[in-house]
Amino acid sequence: MKLDFNNDKPIYLQLSEELEDAIIAGAYQEETQIPSTTEISVNYKINPATALKGINILVDNGIVYKKRGLGMFVANGAKEKILEQRKVDFFESYIKSLVTEAKKLSISKEDILKMLERGFEI
Amino acid sequence: MSQMEIKNITKKFADVTALENISLKLEENKIYGLLGRNGAGKTTLLNLITNRIFPTEGEILVNGENVIENDNALSKIYFMAENNYYPENMTVKKAFNWTKEFYTDFDSEYAAELCEKFSLKLNQKIKTLSTGYTSIFKMILALSCNVPFVLLDEPVLGLDANHRDLFYKELLKNYSEKPKTIIISTHLIEEAADIIEDVIIIKSGKLILNESVESVLSQGYAITGSISAVDGFTAGKNILGADTIGGIKCAYVLGHLDKAGIPDGLEVTKPDLQKLFIHMTNR
Repeated sequence: MKLDFNNDKPIYLQLSEELEDAIIAGAYQEETQIPSTTEISVNYKINPATALKGINILVDNGIVYKKRGLGMFVANGAKEKILEQRKVDFFESYIKSLVTEAKKLSISKEDILKMLERGFEI
Repeated sequence: MSQMEIKNITKKFADVTALENISLKLEENKIYGLLGRNGAGKTTLLNLITNRIFPTEGEILVNGENVIENDNALSKIYFMAENNYYPENMTVKKAFNWTKEFYTDFDSEYAAELCEKFSLKLNQKIKTLSTGYTSIFKMILALSCNVPFVLLDEPVLGLDANHRDLFYKELLKNYSEKPKTIIISTHLIEEAADIIEDVIIIKSGKLILNESVESVLSQGYAITGSISAVDGFTAGKNILGADTIGGIKCAYVLGHLDKAGIPDGLEVTKPDLQKLFIHMTNR
């Protein structure tokens, strides 16, 4: 898990995405504990309020939940949930910017489709 | 509940106005970054908060009590100053014991633990410490005092990269375990930007910014393109500064950005806190 401090994206958003990636990759299995706010804050040298904000996004989306006195745990079905959401976001974050850039470079729709074909062959 | 209020503080040294009508509220358990260029008045403000000097006008209240010659209010604040006020022949250990006389909640065990982590010897004389270790010594005192307000003036002065890393980590650990209000005055903005929650910027004795880092970063943006296009877009906006190379201009703007309203050919990027600081305090 890494945070890119030169990225335009706020740190707390990067953190919640990184935690999601770690859940997708299986680094944090369902019903197991994720690092505490303090651990994250100390490890990445970020303000605990920022760390908490990142974790709270996952809480609000039902990805992790709080076990009183123990810490934060990955919810049942969290991985599935993240994958669903990522698919919805795929259009917004990848397709739209792909089309914008293609238009800027005068790449036609047909050419993009050909490139996609090629991309899948790799 | 611990709160500090700085009300209309002005400080004059002879005919030089070091601080002019500064008003600030410091909330409980927040980490503040106090930023300003050399000679902006940061240390003067910290000296006033701890009543090492007296304000010309205004007052500073800790939980409603004026700090002036007020032992109760001052015992709630620890100031890690740039100067060393300990007798030079004193050993580190003895300095810890002395500090405990004044700050009764001083945690000697924790202080010894930090000394071990930073490889600072307890029996070393303060005068024999290098610049970096003098900073480490003073910083350990500040972290071990267990008071509601800790003021750190250039805490990483002379520290190598490893020790700075360790310092930020220990600071955050300390803050997480025993929340307190911390003010860090530093020139190393890039390093502190993600640690501080709110940023206070002083420019030539005047308060020019007091906001959360997140809100400053969300408001600040840089817009790049041809000179005429950038000038057209930024007309009437709060421009902090600009860089020009050849026919390309990059203007730094503070304010709300309507992403849909950006003309073609202009590119928006998000500057970091240091970049915004440089443009806010230039000139």
